[in-house]
Amino acid sequence: MTNRYRHIRIEKGSDGVALLILDNADEKMNVVADRFIADMSTAIEELRKDDSVQGVILTSAKPAFMAGADLKLMVTGFDRMTALEAYEFSHNATRMHRALETMGKPVACAMNGLALGGGFELALACHYRVLSEDPKAIVGLPEVTLGLLPASGGTQRLTRIIGMEKALPLLLTGKALAPRKALEAGIVDALAPADKVVEKAREWLASSPEPSQPWDRKGFFLPEMRGMMAPEAAMSASFAAANIVRDAGYHLPAPLAILRAVSEGIQLPMNRALSLESKYFATLLTDPVARNMIRTTFISKQAAQKGARRPEGVPKTEFKKVGVIGAGMMGSGIALVSAAAGLDVVLIDRDTASAEKGKGYSEKVWGKQVSRGQLTQDKMDQMLARITPTDDFAVLEGCDIVIEAVFEDTDIKAETTRKVEAVVPEHAVYASNTSTLPITGLANASKRPDQFIGMHFFSPVDRMALLEIIVGEKTSSETLATAIDFGMLVHKIPIVVNDSRGFYTSRVFQTLIYEGAAMLEDGVEPARIENAAKAAGFPVGPLALIDEVTADLPIKINEQAIEQNDPNYVARGGVDVLKKMIELGRSSRKSGAGFYEYPPEGKKHLWQGLAEHFPSAEEQPDQEHLVQRFLYAQSIESARCLEQGVLETPEDADLGSVYGWGFPAWTGGTLSYIDTVGIEEFVKQADALTQKYGERFAPSNWLRKRAEKGESFYDAPAAKADMELA
Amino acid sequence: MEDVFIYDHVRTPRGKGRPDGALHEIPPVQLVTQVLEAVRDRSELDTALLDDVVIGCAQPVSEQGGVLARAAVLNADYSETVAAQQIHRFCASGLEAVNNVAAQIGAGMASAGIGGGVESMSRVKLGYDTGAWVADPGVAFNNYYAPQGIGADIIATLEGYEREDVDAFAAESQKRAALAWNERRFDRSIVPVKDVMGEIILDNDEYRRPETTVETLASLKPAFPALAAMGYDRIAKERYPQIEELKHVHTGGNSSGIVDGAGVVLLGNEGFGKSAGLKPRARIRGWATIGSEPTIMLTGPFAVAKKALKHTGMSKDDIDLWELNEAFASVVMRFMDHMEVDHSKMNVNGGAIALGHPLGATGAMILGTVLDELERQDLNTAMTLLCAGNGLGIATIIERV
Repeated sequence: MTNRYRHIRIEKGSDGVALLILDNADEKMNVVADRFIADMSTAIEELRKDDSVQGVILTSAKPAFMAGADLKLMVTGFDRMTALEAYEFSHNATRMHRALETMGKPVACAMNGLALGGGFELALACHYRVLSEDPKAIVGLPEVTLGLLPASGGTQRLTRIIGMEKALPLLLTGKALAPRKALEAGIVDALAPADKVVEKAREWLASSPEPSQPWDRKGFFLPEMRGMMAPEAAMSASFAAANIVRDAGYHLPAPLAILRAVSEGIQLPMNRALSLESKYFATLLTDPVARNMIRTTFISKQAAQKGARRPEGVPKTEFKKVGVIGAGMMGSGIALVSAAAGLDVVLIDRDTASAEKGKGYSEKVWGKQVSRGQLTQDKMDQMLARITPTDDFAVLEGCDIVIEAVFEDTDIKAETTRKVEAVVPEHAVYASNTSTLPITGLANASKRPDQFIGMHFFSPVDRMALLEIIVGEKTSSETLATAIDFGMLVHKIPIVVNDSRGFYTSRVFQTLIYEGAAMLEDGVEPARIENAAKAAGFPVGPLALIDEVTADLPIKINEQAIEQNDPNYVARGGVDVLKKMIELGRSSRKSGAGFYEYPPEGKKHLWQGLAEHFPSAEEQPDQEHLVQRFLYAQSIESARCLEQGVLETPEDADLGSVYGWGFPAWTGGTLSYIDTVGIEEFVKQADALTQKYGERFAPSNWLRKRAEKGESFYDAPAAKADMELA
Repeated sequence: MEDVFIYDHVRTPRGKGRPDGALHEIPPVQLVTQVLEAVRDRSELDTALLDDVVIGCAQPVSEQGGVLARAAVLNADYSETVAAQQIHRFCASGLEAVNNVAAQIGAGMASAGIGGGVESMSRVKLGYDTGAWVADPGVAFNNYYAPQGIGADIIATLEGYEREDVDAFAAESQKRAALAWNERRFDRSIVPVKDVMGEIILDNDEYRRPETTVETLASLKPAFPALAAMGYDRIAKERYPQIEELKHVHTGGNSSGIVDGAGVVLLGNEGFGKSAGLKPRARIRGWATIGSEPTIMLTGPFAVAKKALKHTGMSKDDIDLWELNEAFASVVMRFMDHMEVDHSKMNVNGGAIALGHPLGATGAMILGTVLDELERQDLNTAMTLLCAGNGLGIATIIERV
């Protein structure tokens, strides 16, 4: 039988049941794209007209039912679409879903595997949903995490199926549910083994079900359909708006758009509601925040995790055994993620007791997961058994890679290098988890400097996704490939940085805390400094951060840079503030006193004495201005890193900033932020900040030239015609 | 403007706004009916002389909707020629109703009318009228909406009022209200409410707790941390970034009470007084309304007081007594601090913390209260003020004749 469709197949049975099988011809996953929608629209029409067809079952020929839309299409929306075009783009799929649910024949969805985003929206447009019992068969609408909303009826159908109160948390968090939870939540109707979902769907079809959706039948009613005439429902929408501010602040347009689409849409007839949903979607797709979030937190992140920065032509490294030297916070965390990835780990410290304590960290973390039912005791025992705590370097024999995470001291590190290289095989890569010491210098202690590399993990290692890989002068591309392979194995996002002082993340991160200190120096009230950072979207304010990292550390780094005539050195504001705090004996949380007071009972709070030492100015700046200072200070330093070759790609800059120190995701990262402001405008504003606050904001000639040419960091996307899938 | 006189004022006592409150069984239209009957009967008033009855209400929906004023006019057996309208300016509604009637008379388009307000909070619950400002998520989000209690705590945080300060203010309100009741200072205005049998169901402000002290108040839990945790503390800090941590000092004991009640003010021009054979008690000197920062939404009184003084060409020192609705302790404390008004001249007989705040009725009630007090102390001028939802504020200045 010839198939007039590309991404689907239809199999009509003699029993009147037609199977509509999703089977993407080009990719491993079924995805929503133009050709798929065209196929589906034609197929629905065919099935509707065919009198021999009495019922339809949607299922998939792939292991997953369907992932969402093709994000490569979405990410370019902002740059290439008007709002009306975005509306049409979204409504195209909406119409297809609407045709499916109103075709007048019962439609069951047999989800043999996961269904996310557009895939789950398709399921919601069916009259009955059966899902595989396999715990991996998760379902959900994660669009909010990309700065979007589910625009093929997702916001409207989910709300009509389970009510606004239950639908909002799912839509606003984008959380996917495992099969059992999905059944409990009422978003699927039944569970069955993956190979039995079609059978289950057949049973449903045999029960002569209504060939329509509840909301298309007379008498369908939910209290929230009365909008503000139902005060309780209206108040829950109001509280939801406050929850959004609490959880996401004022910079993310998607959560509010979802809430509005839901609370306004539920009051409208379905067709009007779907149209309104598409309109809200259009406002998001044509907003730079969605582009920024999709590009960095999805496309660039996935590419990095798939080895985008891996040198070509180097065979993939197979790891069996890893050595971790130093069982402190970092070493313990590296041991944990390595063992979780199935590697044998030798965890070394100066004595076995210390090493065992490091292993204890894994025990603690996994123990919690076991008690929450996220991990079995068996699996935990297996993983723990892979970690060998010891003080004996000889046990490192046979390691494919050794990661050193000892005290940040050149001599101690050099000695460690020699001791390790004495026992490990020739092919072993040696990585230092330093966050500050130049790799090229550390490699001097190595017999094999080409196999020496920096692997800067972030604390806590098991929760922080970034891995900053630092390439020294002599580091070979094979070694870099190995480091990236290791990063991929332990599920990190590897970025590649060329050796220089502070590498990338430490260097640019510092500008945040210095800018906070500089504000204090300028007479800004401390609470305003902290609140502005949080309002911008940083997880923690700069003064609190200084207390965490200690005031001494940045000062030490700053002084070293001056002493050693670092060519990249830029004078920071706020240095005197840090020095004053050290002088006052208030340099850190660890020491019990910093910018904050740490009462033995109760919450920490800003130290009252700050007002005396750093008097507040009469006139206080707008919060927006402070936000701008934070974002500009970091973005311009990132641009310098790219200019100086410390960074090689804007993607690395963006990933490093978002995943390294929590630069707000809505910006897409430090360089995406410049593109978002517009490089010309950015230079103009940076000039104004330079005038007011000093050279740390000054755009370089390189940046100025880019601005003159209008040369953004990311290429403008191709015109719409080129983006259309074949 | 033609002179506008206050000829009389009556109000119901305030019943607890709960199912066990005395007035819970009395529908709001009956509350208004009874005060309309009282103001007519005690002056043997020919209601055909009235042009308009304007009733304010802060939840003008369901049994408080549909121009309750007209229903009450007919229900009280007033002349059917008397027009009626409903006014909604949140908590400023009752005073706005008075100002509205005064404006009609002052403009020469009416010779007499009644302005007042009603709120049966036990029956039409707070929030039942919803509205875009609160319940449209886009509007609430973009305007940094926060519930009033959060605003009251923002004021306390910004002004540095500690828990003991607001509790001391609340205890004083209770003390003053107790003294006022002991000395029967409200007698001239109070109209006991009757039930369907015609028996008196309430003859005093039952919400009061005269035994209250700072110590008893100290045991109450702050009322608004739970709301703050829903996100309103972050909203407060986005609007007021100088705040490190919101101080939650307001409790049920230092915030206005939820009560039921109604009150009206009889207004007219000079000619009306002659026709009706009534002597004016006071003149309306002027009034003003204003909008202020809506997240706090409680700071309108200060700005509107200055505006009202400007309208009338008066100065602060020309005002003998002040009556500012005690929505929350911090509201009145802030006003006294910023306006430099001595507490001895403010809310002399206590306020809504002790007596309760029947939202839409309060403005008309406290205008009458301060008029009674002017007469008792033989003083001349008073300003009545209320803060209101979404940042609104209102003031009316009266002067005895």
